[in-house]
Amino acid sequence: MRTSRRTQLVLRTVALGYLIALLAVPIGVILWRAFAPGVGAFVASVSTPAAQAAINLSLLIVAIVVPLNVVFGIVTALALVRGRFRGRGLLQAVVDLPFAVSPIVVGVALIMLWGAGGWFGALDDVGITVIFGLPGMVIATIFVTMPFVVREVEPVLHEIGTEQEQAAATLGATSWQTFWRITLPAIRWGLTYGVVLTVARALGEFGAVIMVSSGFPGISQTLTLLVHARYIDDHNTYGAYAAATLLMGIALVVLLLMTVLDHKRSER
Amino acid sequence: MTLWLSVIVLLPLAALTVASFEGGLGGFWDAATAPGALASLRVTVTVSAIVAAVNAVLGTLVAWVLVRDRFAGQAVVNALIDLPFALPTIVASIVLLSLYGPGSPVGVQLNATTWGLVVALAFVTLPFVVRSVQPVLIEADREVEEAAASLGATNWTTFRRIVLPTLTPAVLSGTGLAFARAIGEYGSVVLIGGNIPRETQVASQYIQQQIEMDRPANAAAVSVVLLLIAFATLLVLRVLSTRSQRREERAP
Repeated sequence: MRTSRRTQLVLRTVALGYLIALLAVPIGVILWRAFAPGVGAFVASVSTPAAQAAINLSLLIVAIVVPLNVVFGIVTALALVRGRFRGRGLLQAVVDLPFAVSPIVVGVALIMLWGAGGWFGALDDVGITVIFGLPGMVIATIFVTMPFVVREVEPVLHEIGTEQEQAAATLGATSWQTFWRITLPAIRWGLTYGVVLTVARALGEFGAVIMVSSGFPGISQTLTLLVHARYIDDHNTYGAYAAATLLMGIALVVLLLMTVLDHKRSER
Repeated sequence: MTLWLSVIVLLPLAALTVASFEGGLGGFWDAATAPGALASLRVTVTVSAIVAAVNAVLGTLVAWVLVRDRFAGQAVVNALIDLPFALPTIVASIVLLSLYGPGSPVGVQLNATTWGLVVALAFVTLPFVVRSVQPVLIEADREVEEAAASLGATNWTTFRRIVLPTLTPAVLSGTGLAFARAIGEYGSVVLIGGNIPRETQVASQYIQQQIEMDRPANAAAVSVVLLLIAFATLLVLRVLSTRSQRREERAP
């Protein structure tokens, strides 16, 4: 279809105009607002004790969630691709479930399971606080990030097949050796992509975490909760802009990594 | 592994469903159809439908311009499309507020209005339609379009009879995913939406409010309704995609 020069320009203007109004200008404005009082003010705002505690908590959650997702994600992907068992279709559906559930609903569901009066509420009586404690935030984050590693590793496993693994086994390799020497190197880029997505979502999760966190500044506030609390509770609009800009910087790094990894994956 | 997935995903959802039926079927119905609950669900579904429609049209247009047009900076624009997925939702809220909130530098004040909700949800769902239509457009057979043109079809006819039918499954699937995402969204609307009951309070905000007011049964009931809407949407998408796949296989 050959569009006339005029139609082409009109379409381009509308599309770019939409993207500019929706994406580019808001991001430009927040950058300007965060850095207009000077880089020093920005740094000061994101290094207050409460902000540092929030950064540490967010990183701690990432540090717990990523290894768990890597291990269970690889095992689940292997089961989905290589396993021959009844209920594989069901397993597929369960893996995709978190994408269909609203973050707030995740929070409510976790409260119903782990909260005082919930199914596992007895844990609370023996001194293990899940809801309104670190375990709750970790579990909420695992719920929302669970599909990423599985969904990125699964297609790679499909593609590489089992020939090399079988060859290694015939040559006397144990299944553990085969996994370390053959399978893991083959899936490394898919796995890395999944981990990048997991880290991004874990740092950025808000709805599910706010439901299960007590939200005390300096104690149980993640970076996203800090942005929210500064804007709503403290009326510290500048602080909220600064913390949001920090998170945006992380998101941009993630985006860059995604582009590079995408390239790497298609090279292979 | 099964145990892991059960504890992480299935058990919470089971506990939620059981909690929503604590007062029996009648209790569930009363909680789900309470005036505040119904109003929030109505706002949610209406706004999500508007956002889905906006995405269907403008998302397709953006995909078209990215594939068929050539201009300077196109690669940057293409990379920018994924930004809403990489950006935390609460940041999306703040970013939009800084432009369209109180003290807006362009004098547009959308804070606590339905339009604020629409803009926030359009922001977070932008990639869905664009990213599902783009690959189809790249693969599309342009010879058919040229044949239609050489047979005297106008651009509009070619678009309607050749291009649109090819794109429809991708547009529908992107639109459906955007809708499913929009009905559950919380972080991006929490600051710009205003949370005004019966006007701009969306279902997720209603649920959060009920938990805060210590009415977990109400929260659970509306949560289950949200889940059902999301599942129904995804089921329709699944059915549509199998159908279009089958049609493709039958085609010579």
